[in-house]
Amino acid sequence: MSETVGKPLPHESAELHVTGDARYTDDIPEPKGTLHAALGTSERPHARIASIDLEPVRRAPGVVAVVTAADIPGVNDIGVNGDDPIFADGLVEYIGHTIFAVAADTVEHARRAVKLAEIEYEELEPILDIDTALERQSFVLPTNQVSRGNPRKAIEGADHRLRGRVRLGGQDQFYLEGHIAFAIPREGGDLLVYSSSQHPGEVQLVVAHAMAKEAKDVVVECRRMGGGFGGKETQPALFACVTSILATRTGCAVKLRLDRDDDMTITGKRHGYRIDYDVGFDDQGEIQGIELEFSSRCGMSADLSGPVNDRTMFHADNAYYLDNVSIVSHRCKTNTVSNTAFRGFGGPQGMFGIEYVIDEIARYLNVDPLDVRKQNFYGVGERDVTPYQMRVEDNVLPELVPELERSSDYRQRRQEVDAYNADSEYLKRGLALTPVKFGISFTATHYNQAGALIHLYTDGTVLLNHGGTEMGQGLFTKVAQVTAHELGIGIDQIRCTASDTSKVPNASATAASSGSDLNGMAAQAAARTLRERLTRFAMEEHDVGEDEIVFRDGRVQVGDQTMTFAELVKAAYTARISLSATGFYRTPKIHYDRSTMTGRPFYYFAYGAACSEVAIDLLTGESRVLRVDILHDVGQSLNPAIDLGQVEGGFVQGMGWLTTEELWWNPGGQLMTHAPSTYKIPVAGDLPEVFNVNLLPTGRNNEPTIHRSKAVGEPPFMLAISVFHAIKDAVASVGEHRLSPRLDAPATPEKILEAVEALRRRMSEEHERASHGAV
Amino acid sequence: MIASQERRDRAPDDAIRFVLDGEVHTVRGIDPNTTLLDYLREDLRRTGTKEGCAEGDCGACTVVVAELDGDRPRFRAINSCIKFVPTLDGKELFTVEGLRAENGALHPAQQAMVDCHASQCGFCTPGFVMSLFALFRSESAPSVDRINDVLAGNLCRCTGYRPIVAAAQQMYRQAGETDGDWLHQPFSNGDREISPGETELVARLRGIRRDGTLALTGPSVDGGTHSYFAPTNVADMAALVREHPDAYLLAGGTDIGLWVTKAHRDLDTIIYLGNVPELQQLRVTDTDIEVGAGVTVTDCQDVIAEHFEDLGELFRRFASPPIRNAATLVGNIANGSPIGDSMPALICLGATLRLRAGEKTRELPLEDFYLAYQKTALAEGEFVESVTIPLTPADRHFRTYKISKRFDQDISAVCGAFCLELDGSTCRSVRIAYGGMAAIPQRASQCEAALEGKEWSDATLPDALAALEHDYTPIDDMRASAGYRRMVAHNLLRKFFLETSGYDGETRVVGQRR
Repeated sequence: MSETVGKPLPHESAELHVTGDARYTDDIPEPKGTLHAALGTSERPHARIASIDLEPVRRAPGVVAVVTAADIPGVNDIGVNGDDPIFADGLVEYIGHTIFAVAADTVEHARRAVKLAEIEYEELEPILDIDTALERQSFVLPTNQVSRGNPRKAIEGADHRLRGRVRLGGQDQFYLEGHIAFAIPREGGDLLVYSSSQHPGEVQLVVAHAMAKEAKDVVVECRRMGGGFGGKETQPALFACVTSILATRTGCAVKLRLDRDDDMTITGKRHGYRIDYDVGFDDQGEIQGIELEFSSRCGMSADLSGPVNDRTMFHADNAYYLDNVSIVSHRCKTNTVSNTAFRGFGGPQGMFGIEYVIDEIARYLNVDPLDVRKQNFYGVGERDVTPYQMRVEDNVLPELVPELERSSDYRQRRQEVDAYNADSEYLKRGLALTPVKFGISFTATHYNQAGALIHLYTDGTVLLNHGGTEMGQGLFTKVAQVTAHELGIGIDQIRCTASDTSKVPNASATAASSGSDLNGMAAQAAARTLRERLTRFAMEEHDVGEDEIVFRDGRVQVGDQTMTFAELVKAAYTARISLSATGFYRTPKIHYDRSTMTGRPFYYFAYGAACSEVAIDLLTGESRVLRVDILHDVGQSLNPAIDLGQVEGGFVQGMGWLTTEELWWNPGGQLMTHAPSTYKIPVAGDLPEVFNVNLLPTGRNNEPTIHRSKAVGEPPFMLAISVFHAIKDAVASVGEHRLSPRLDAPATPEKILEAVEALRRRMSEEHERASHGAV
Repeated sequence: MIASQERRDRAPDDAIRFVLDGEVHTVRGIDPNTTLLDYLREDLRRTGTKEGCAEGDCGACTVVVAELDGDRPRFRAINSCIKFVPTLDGKELFTVEGLRAENGALHPAQQAMVDCHASQCGFCTPGFVMSLFALFRSESAPSVDRINDVLAGNLCRCTGYRPIVAAAQQMYRQAGETDGDWLHQPFSNGDREISPGETELVARLRGIRRDGTLALTGPSVDGGTHSYFAPTNVADMAALVREHPDAYLLAGGTDIGLWVTKAHRDLDTIIYLGNVPELQQLRVTDTDIEVGAGVTVTDCQDVIAEHFEDLGELFRRFASPPIRNAATLVGNIANGSPIGDSMPALICLGATLRLRAGEKTRELPLEDFYLAYQKTALAEGEFVESVTIPLTPADRHFRTYKISKRFDQDISAVCGAFCLELDGSTCRSVRIAYGGMAAIPQRASQCEAALEGKEWSDATLPDALAALEHDYTPIDDMRASAGYRRMVAHNLLRKFFLETSGYDGETRVVGQRR
C-alpha cells in the first residue's frame, strides 16, 4: 500500500500560498536597473496606420527605449500560421493590437508614455461578429467537416424534425495573476526569460525566432502561474518577445506586467459560437439523423483555433451515438482579439450544441429530457463508434448516470419542482441532469510525450523536474507523489523545481488535461531507473536477490538489514553510481488522420454527470443555483483532494461561463467587459446551498495510465451545462413544458427575461389561434 | 480658518506613521498618490500581497487595518490597491507576511486554508487569508451565509470556493490548538477582558494619534509636486477646501483610487476627510438618521437596516466588504454616478444633504443634487457634510431592488426604489426612483403622478406602467440593453405592487425576503 499515491495530500505549495511566500514572476527580486515595459495598442478594429509619431513617447519622463516592428531582430510573428505579429506592421486588426512597446524606469512612466503616441488611422471596414464573417466568407482557416451515413436522408425520413439556432458566448480565463514576462539579458546576447506560461518550450522557440537566435540561446523558466486555464498556452509568447526585444536593446532586465484591463483586451479567450442544427428523431426521441453546423468567433488570427474547433467536432456527440451525422465547423475571422485555449478547448461548445438539441427533442415530445438523453447514450459493445470512427471502449455512463439519478433523487425532485411551479407564479424552478464524455489526449498526436529529470543527492533528498507546469492544478504534487511512491520515500524529501527549458527540453504545453498522465509517467520512468540502479548496487553490495530489496517509508530493506534511503544513496554515490536520471513517456495507441478527421485521437475518455436545480425570477430574469449533485470519474485518483478541487472548481467556472460571464463589445468593436468590475466570474455566494460532489468510487482507467488514474483538468467544466439546462427547464415551465424556450448563453438575467417574454408571446399567440379556431 | 492657518504656520508634520509588524513605521517624502499595494510590493518588497485588478474588485490585494473603536481595536479588511499610503496614518496594518506566531505556527486562518485544500494556484490566497483573518478577529460564529458575504470581495478562479468557505468555519475550530500569539485567538463576544496583546495594540495606536493636520508634499510621477492634507476638525477642513478649491476630497477612495491606477491622473492636492471627527458622526433620533461624510458604509449599514430592511439587503450586496469598509455613504452620493446603489433608495426616502462651504451650511434635497451626468449642485469650495434620512411612518411601504448580472459585488443594471403611503387602499403619497435608467439617479415623476390619489390595485397599475415609459430613456451598455432596463423597470414596479398588496408567494430568488 502506497504512503503517497492516492492520498489526499495538500498542494505542495499550500503553506507558501497561505503565507504569501509562494513566488510568482512579479515577486522575483529585480536586478538593479530593471526597466518596465508597456504596450502601445490599436484603438481601431481594422485600419491601416497612415502615420505614427512616437517622438512624444520617446520624450516622456523615464522612457529609455521605444520599439516597433522595425526593431525586431528576427521574425515578427508569434503565431502558428504566420498571422500573428508581435507588433502590427502597417495594418491593425483589432482594438488592442500591439503596435509598439516602451521600456521606462517605472511601471507608471511606461504606462503613461504609451498614451502619448500620435497615430493616424485609415479605417477599413471591420467584421465584428460571426454572422457578418459567414456572410463575407471571412475565415482564419478552411471549413472542416466530418460525417457518417446519410444524415439528410435520415432527417427527412424521420418521424419528427427540428431545426434551430443557438448562440453561445465566449469566456475570459480570468486567471488571478495577469500575464507577465521578465527578460534578463545574459552574456553573449543570450536571454533568460521568466514567463507565466503553460508552455515554456514554445516561448523559448518563439523568442529565439523573434531575436534571430537559436533555441540553445534562450532559457525560459516558470515556477508557478497564478492560474492559466489555457489562457497561458500560446498567449505568453507576445509578452516574452517584447521583453526580450527591449532587454536586448537596452542591456537591462525588462519586465512587462499587464494591467488587468490590458490583459483582458489583448489576450485571447474562449471562442463564442453560433450553432445551427437540423435533427430527425423518432417517437422515443432517438436521433435518426443530425446535421450540426458550428461557426466560431476566432478573432483576427488562427492561433489555436484549428485544434479548438476540431475538438468541438470531436465532442459534438458528447455521450450520444449519432448514426447518420454531419458536423461542419466554420472558423470565422473577425476584427476582435484572437481567441485561444480555455479549459475544454472547444469541447464544451461541441457538447453544448448536442445537449441543446437533446433538450429541444425532449420539449417537443413533452418527455423528461433525461429519458431522451438515456435513449441516445452510446451503447456498450454496440452503437459505440463515434462520428470520427473511434470505438468507445470505456463507457461508464450506463452505470454512472443511473447512480446519480438515484443519489440526487432526480425523479422525486422533478415532481417537487412541478409542484412548486404550479404554486409559484413569479418564481419558477428547473431541474436538469446532463452527462459528460471528454476525450483525453492532445489531438496533435506528437504533443503526447513528456520528459522528466530526477536528481538524488547524497543526503537522500530528491530534486524533481519535468516538462509540465504548475498553474494551481496540483500537477507538481501528483508527480511528486508518483516519484515518492517509486522511491519509497516521503513527499517532503522531494523538491519540485520550476519548469525550465534547460532541464527538460522540448516539453509540450501543459494542457489538454494531460499534465499528470504524461509527466507522471515520465517521472515514474526516471524514478524507476534510479531505483533499479540503487537496487542493482544493493544486490551486489549485500549479495541479495532483487526480491529481497524493498523501498518503503524512507527506508530500504536489503535482505535482513534495513537502512535509510539516504544511507543507501550515500553508499551508491561512494561506489560511483550515477544518481541522476531522465524519464520519457509517449502515449500509446493514438493516431488520427487530420485530412479525414478519423482515427483514435484519444487514449481514453473521462466521464461524469451533474444534476442541477435552479430558481428563476420571471419579473427580472435573475437566477440562482439551489442544489448541485455531481458524480465524476477520475479513475483511481492519484490525490482525491486535488481531484475534488478540480471537479468543484471546473464546475463553478463552467457555471460562470453559462450564467454571469458575458463578453460585450460596443458597436465600435471595443470589448467593454475588460475588468472584474464589468466581467463577473462567480463569487462564494453563487455556490449552490447544497453541493454534493463525489468521485466515482469504482473508477479505474481501462488503459494502463499512471496508477490507473484519469485526467481531471477539463472534463468537470462541462458538468455546468446542467445549470444552463435547469434554467432552460425553469423557463420552459412558462410554456407549460410544451413550447421550448429559445435561450442563448450565457443565461444572464437579460437573456432569461427575453426568453420568458418570447415564450409568453408564443403562448398567447397559441391561445389566440386556439380561440379563433373555436370560433 | 484661523485655527488651521496657525497650524500650518508651524512646521508641517511631513511623516506618515502607521504600525507594521508591531512597530511604528514612518514614511517620508512619498508621492501622496502612492497606493499601499505599490508601497508594499515595490518599496518594502513585501510581495505576499498581490495585484489582481488594481480596481478593488478581485481582493488579491486584501490587507487588514486595525483602528481604535472606543478602547478596543477594530479589524477591517481593505483593498490595498486603491488605498493611498497617507490614509494609513494613525492605523495598524497587517499583511499576510505578519500572521505567523512568533514560534512560526501558521495562523488558524492559514492552517485551515491548508487543511481544507483551499488554495490551488495560490494567487488569490493571501487576500482570502486576510479577509478570513479580519473575520476571525471581528466575529465569533459566522454562518455560511455570513461567510459568503464576507468573502464577496475575494475572487478565486480555481477552487469554486467550497473549500475556502469550509476553511472559514474550520479556523475557529483550529484556534484552540495554537498557543501564544493573541492574534491567533478568535474574537469573542461579551465582556471578555481585553487581552494584553490588544492592550498593547491600543497603546501603539494611541501613541501615534495625531491632533493636528497631517500636511504632506511629495514628488509626483512626472517630477512635479503633490500635496495631501488630513485635517482633524471640520473647521480646518472647510478652510482647506476654500483654500484649495481644486483639491480632491478623499474619503474611502474606492473610486478616486482608480483615477490613479487606471486613468493615470495626477491628484495634485488631496484633502482627506477620514480623520475629521465631526464627519464621523452617525446620529439616530426619533425622526431621522444623519450620516456624516466620513462614515463608511460598513459603519452605517446595520443602523440604517434596522429601520429599512430592504436597505440592509441592498447594503449586503453593495460592492464588497473591503470596499464597504473604506467607502462612505456620502462618497457614493457625492460621486454622482448614475448607477450608484444607494441613491434611488435615498431619493425615494426623501433624504437631504447638508452642504458646507467654510462656515456656511445649507440643506438640499438629494433629488435636487444631481444636475446632469456626473454634475452636481456643489458650488466651488463646498462639500457634502452629511446626509439625513427621515425615518418613515410605520405604515409606509418601502422596497428597493438591485438588478445585476451577479448578485454580489456587482454594479446595478437597474436599481429601483419605491415608497408608498396608503390611505386605506388609496395612494396618499408615492415616491419612485431608479438608477441605471438615466444620466442621473432620478424620480419617476410621471409614474408617481399616475398613482397619486388612485387606488393601489391591479386596475391602476397599467396606467402607472404606461406613464413610467415616459419617465426614462435608458441606454444600451455592457450591463444591459435599453430594452431590458425598460422592461425590468416595469417589472420592479409590479414586484413592489405584489409585495405590498397581499400576494403571498415568493417574489425574490436571493436575500432576506426570499
